[in-house]
Amino acid sequence: MGLGRTLLFRSINMFLVLFSTILITVILLGPTLDKLLVDAIRNQVIDEVNQGTLKFQNPDERSAYINNQIQFKSKTLGLDQDSFNPQKVVYRVVSVMTLDLGKSHFFTSDYGSSNVRDIIVEKVPKTLLLFTTATILVTIIGIFLGTYVAGKEGSWLDKLNSINAIFSNSFPTWWVAMIMILVFAFTLHIFPARATPLSSPSDANYVFDLLYHMTLPLITLVLVTFGSWAYIVRYFLINILNEDFIYAKKTMGISRRKILYSHALRNAGPPIATSVGLGLASSFGGSIITEAVFDWPGMGKLFYDAIGLLDIPIIIGLTYIGTLIFLVTIFITDIAYTLLDPRVKGS
Amino acid sequence: MQKKLFIGLVKSRRGIIGVSILGFLLSLTAVAVLVIPFDSYRLWNDPDYWINNPKTGAPFWTSYFGSKDFEHVSLDKNNAIRTSEISEGIRVDNFRFEINIGADDFPDDFMFLHSVHYDEIPPVLQIDITRPDNNTFTVYYSSLPTTSSANNTFTDRIFSTNNNIKESLNPYQSFFNFPVSGIEPQVLLFSDTSKLQVLHGAYHISQKFFLFDNSSSIENVGVILGGKVFGIMGTDDLRRDLFVGIIWGIPIALFIGLTVSIFSISIGLIYGVVSGYKGKKIDEGMMRINDIFYAFPTLILLILVSITFGRSIFLIILILMTFGWMGTAKVIRSIALQMRNFQYVEAAKLMGQSDVKVIFKHIIPQLLPLTFASVAISVPGAILAEAALSFIGLGDPTLPTWGQMLHDANTADAASRGIWWWIIPPGLMIALTGLAFFLIGNSLDAITNPLRKQNKKV
Repeated sequence: MGLGRTLLFRSINMFLVLFSTILITVILLGPTLDKLLVDAIRNQVIDEVNQGTLKFQNPDERSAYINNQIQFKSKTLGLDQDSFNPQKVVYRVVSVMTLDLGKSHFFTSDYGSSNVRDIIVEKVPKTLLLFTTATILVTIIGIFLGTYVAGKEGSWLDKLNSINAIFSNSFPTWWVAMIMILVFAFTLHIFPARATPLSSPSDANYVFDLLYHMTLPLITLVLVTFGSWAYIVRYFLINILNEDFIYAKKTMGISRRKILYSHALRNAGPPIATSVGLGLASSFGGSIITEAVFDWPGMGKLFYDAIGLLDIPIIIGLTYIGTLIFLVTIFITDIAYTLLDPRVKGS
Repeated sequence: MQKKLFIGLVKSRRGIIGVSILGFLLSLTAVAVLVIPFDSYRLWNDPDYWINNPKTGAPFWTSYFGSKDFEHVSLDKNNAIRTSEISEGIRVDNFRFEINIGADDFPDDFMFLHSVHYDEIPPVLQIDITRPDNNTFTVYYSSLPTTSSANNTFTDRIFSTNNNIKESLNPYQSFFNFPVSGIEPQVLLFSDTSKLQVLHGAYHISQKFFLFDNSSSIENVGVILGGKVFGIMGTDDLRRDLFVGIIWGIPIALFIGLTVSIFSISIGLIYGVVSGYKGKKIDEGMMRINDIFYAFPTLILLILVSITFGRSIFLIILILMTFGWMGTAKVIRSIALQMRNFQYVEAAKLMGQSDVKVIFKHIIPQLLPLTFASVAISVPGAILAEAALSFIGLGDPTLPTWGQMLHDANTADAASRGIWWWIIPPGLMIALTGLAFFLIGNSLDAITNPLRKQNKKV
């Protein structure tokens, strides 16, 4: 498959996944959303009647008026139709995909807007900051450690690294996070237990405060993943070290060190790049829990809170943005693979 | 082949460790079923069931390090010595409890429980405590309330804050060589007479019921001394015994993990074989569908389904199955692509056997050993996914799963309050179970995977 054809297929695939995710979301959450909207309208109408100057002869007339108003307002919003009405579902899917995400019931942005788009736009950079930094650090540590132990296959350090990989894979990240809070926040008082900075975003020190609060989540993420990273790098490298061209280089008298760090590592590039991308994509997925445990003010924490309060517009908006980030990461990974792989370039 | 698999499993060190961990977990489950009352599983979320335990009590063995905290005591009629005598037409039922106290801490509080069945004439209850220094204190003396209805069962708890207890203790103040006004009953009762410290030794608590008619009977009695430490693993904020929760979590986790992985791997196996065996257009199309499923954000979908359809363990299992087969399908497809050119497969085809028969009779049986390895390897993922979902608060709330326990711990801020016994065991159990299956799968994979063997040429 040529590069162009791959890209085309990947793009179509990406769009299909995005579209069907939103479709499923809208179908699943439609009835709940309609019910919440009707409730909101009822409260609004009753408020208006209570504070207004309208006078009624008897309670019956009052409730008739209220019901009338609710029906009228529901009709203008299309709430009288069935939640699974195709026209309505398509309208909702299209408006979500064009980033018309509606208003949140419970949350506001730092600057007081209750527009879902504004709220999410504020949270995206924080999630990207934490997880991208962690992935970069882990990749660097993983490549160096992995290459080092690949050169010393069978040594005690190599075995220790494998054991570490198995163990850190078995523990849930969010559990390790709780333990880290227990140790570093409760027992040692080094870092704060809650990662939401106390100063306001307009403050000059906000950035430093944010970075200070980011330390514990960052250490945890690195600690949990570097073991399996080094293991993956080692696995790729050892496979390559057994290839014939490496033996050829050895017979040519090139030093072992040079073979390892230059020739083998370069050939392990594409699969490593893929793993970096997939790891980053899946860590975004896991961010809901990690951020909730650390109280890190990103998209995952917002999602967690929105589930608790059943704020449907926020949930739909985050599902869309989250899936989009996830898919774009995978897409970029695919491109990187094709660009790095010498065999693809040649064809 | 099956026999060879088993031998290979037991021969590798990883396999032995994995099998032993699994055996340990299974035997714990067996013990649980035999020893722990099933009500503790059924009523896990019922606060009434756990009312006699201390709130957020640490494990008992923590009192061996540092200060000796008071260990929670909860006794019922099975722990009492019962004597019954009739004098002057009155039946006296006496329940005697023996409690040894060696802690440096006084109890936080105490409670006397009783449940008595009687007619019009209410029985009289007298509670005496004989201390190690041979002083006997009568701490409570009162009749139970009269009832209008015959055939009535009266259940009550007498707390240490009860006024009757306070007044009953007044005459004993002169026993003590230090000022005791204002000292709470739970301190006074267990204090040395010369100075304010715990009097160690055996205490005898007797609950005497004076019964005035023959039909009266004592249904239950009990004594609770509230302490800071309790049980092997302590208790949580809702007074639940965490050890019981941990043990019941094992069969649930095994059920979730095995069901999800067996079904999703089977789907992947059939999907991959069909795709690889059929080849060409069908293969291309099926792999595109695979890609689409692969890119779905599973956790988000799980969350949406839980919000919409409620929180059932079977729904969670269904979703995890639906999105767990893609990796296997890819691997199996690449093997099936080679296998369809094998001579015996081609021979079967030439003999006119249908595709279904070739796939199920000739290809899939060859792949079964490899499938066992995949099943074992994918168990930890399923357990972790369920735990994660429970942790967000979208798991099945009726079951004592490890994820659910950690969810409760997190909502109660256990980490920043330092309640380590609520956090560490559930996570360790998740990891241990995952590790067992990972090790078993890993050693099976080393025996069965044809791709791995090729790599080991050096």
